Amino acid sequence: MASLWRYVLAGLGLAALLAGILSVVYLTTRHAPQLAGTDISRSKTTAHGLFVASFEPEKGAIRQGELQSWLLTLKTVAGTPVQGAAISVSGGMPQHNHGLPTSPQATDYLGDGRYRIEGLKFTMSGLWQLHFAISAAAGSDTVVFNVLL
Amino acid sequence: MSWFSRLLLLMAMAVLAGCGKPEFSDAEKKTIASLALNTLPPLKADTTNRFADVPAAAALGSTLFFDTGMSGDGMVSCSTCHKIDRQFQDDLPQAVGVGRTNRRTMPLAGVAHDPWFFWDGRRDSLWAQALTPLENPLEHAGNRAAFAHYIKARFGERYERIFGPLPDLSTVPANASPLGTDAEKAAWSAMSDQQTEDVNRVFANIGKAIAAFERSIAPPQTRFDRFAIDLATGAKPKDDDAFSPEEILGLKLFVGKANCVTCHTGPRFTDNSFHNTGVPPVKGLPPDRGRIDAVRQVEADPFNCFGAFRDGDASACGELRFMVKAGPELIRAYKTPSLRGAASRAPYMHAGQFASLDEVVAHYSRAPASVEGVSELHPLQLSDRERAALVAFLKTLAD
Ligand code: HEC
Ligand code: HEC
Repeated sequence: MASLWRYVLAGLGLAALLAGILSVVYLTTRHAPQLAGTDISRSKTTAHGLFVASFEPEKGAIRQGELQSWLLTLKTVAGTPVQGAAISVSGGMPQHNHGLPTSPQATDYLGDGRYRIEGLKFTMSGLWQLHFAISAAAGSDTVVFNVLL
Repeated sequence: MSWFSRLLLLMAMAVLAGCGKPEFSDAEKKTIASLALNTLPPLKADTTNRFADVPAAAALGSTLFFDTGMSGDGMVSCSTCHKIDRQFQDDLPQAVGVGRTNRRTMPLAGVAHDPWFFWDGRRDSLWAQALTPLENPLEHAGNRAAFAHYIKARFGERYERIFGPLPDLSTVPANASPLGTDAEKAAWSAMSDQQTEDVNRVFANIGKAIAAFERSIAPPQTRFDRFAIDLATGAKPKDDDAFSPEEILGLKLFVGKANCVTCHTGPRFTDNSFHNTGVPPVKGLPPDRGRIDAVRQVEADPFNCFGAFRDGDASACGELRFMVKAGPELIRAYKTPSLRGAASRAPYMHAGQFASLDEVVAHYSRAPASVEGVSELHPLQLSDRERAALVAFLKTLAD
């Protein structure tokens, strides 16, 4: 009888020990940064509401480590294409405090409010931010896109 | 058996069972798979060098790479520093050619995948890179007029079969270069435009042949790669392909808490970019500011992608065209080196600052401030056990 109690006690002790080990493992493993809530939409109204900006990678997918170009489409909130905009691009990886590895530029106006942005490169996986400063007849405004690789 | 020893036995079993549990999360597995050599894409064509994949050009390039005749004093070849049996480097903190240089010799496996060359990326193609040591007074200490004469005398026929007829060099001075000594510079400025163009063309073709050879230098498969493939396919690792608990911990740190994989990424363990990691300068060497000073040098290089000696069209020049030209993050930023084979080729960093991997990992753990500019590293405060584990993992990339 007494020996049965010993086994129960031992079992309980073991369970506690396992829970302890598991929680230590859990607490010391670093979890992937919480990026779930990050807004990664490819179409946004600019900060002061002047334009609606949207982008798509010219070759479909965003590939790591390769020079690539995007098409950036600018419309007014009413939906008219924005022509003759001056666009400058900057950005970086907020979690690693470094900027972009390249300096992308708007190289071409393709009509219908579409601009080609060349020279983009994402050298590592993680969260990237791209800032576009846009200035056109309607005024100047900015937009930030998050890109998660 | 007393109840106590039974309890101990049960505990031991529970701990063992815990070890048998999956060692890597799905996210870790994905990252580890992306580091394996089998994900290295095939070498892209280099349209700026139309001889890049011509076998006869690579063969001539290989001859030139090992030829000490390609130097001012007849003693130095590329292979003096890039030794074929030492991963194409020389185990020295700073390379020694005709003189002692200020940087460490870089290993060459897989180098043709890179967009930028040298620790600071001051050249933008493999063929333009090869021309630089040839005229550096501390390395080959040659000059381009002498190289053109040498090629004609020694390899004229082989050259012409690949590149077409050699120019008439009979009136070209024996020694002349826009770099080099005052006498060489004076001789160069006295040459006609046709002559300088002719010599530059032969010189560029020397670089193109050597680059064609260097394209064949590929990184070998390692124990890590076999482990990564087994992990991805769920196969049981054979014999010594299996990782020890220490190596597993090192790999987990590398892709996790220690953040190494943010820069040492992909199958070559490099993002092909430049970072300030706070590596201290070497006392007694001239000031070295890394990438920030290289930007102007690559722009000024007549053999860069925008120059007259590029084959193909300028669409290949994206890296140069969209290069970051300014910014504090370029100060003391150096190219992220590949870590393949690193464990068996100390010392480390751009001027051989660290003698061992222990010192390298201790540096990452402390993350000291940079003497100039801002280090991108943050202190990791690794325990002794974690530092040893990272070193153990790095060794799996070298056997
Ligand atoms: C005196 C020793 C020495 C000689 C000779 C030498 N190199 Fe190097 N090599 C170096 C050093 C040192 C570096 C790094 C220099 C720097 O960053 O300023 C380097 C860098 C390189 C790189 C860049 C690798 C990378 O990952 O960016 C290549 C490619 C290369 N050398 C090829 C050659 C070729 C081809 C020759 C012969 C034409 C040659 N080297 C001759 C020492 C030498
Ligand atoms: C911010 C980017 C970055 C991170 C993060 C990083 N490295 Fe590096 N690593 C570099 C750069 C850049 C160099 C070359 C620095 C120099 O020469 O001044 C380098 C050099 C090295 C070298 C020397 C290789 C050689 O051939 O000289 C080793 C080994 C190394 N890193 C391992 C690691 C390990 C292990 C970690 C994680 C603890 C790590 N690195 C994290 C960028 C990084």
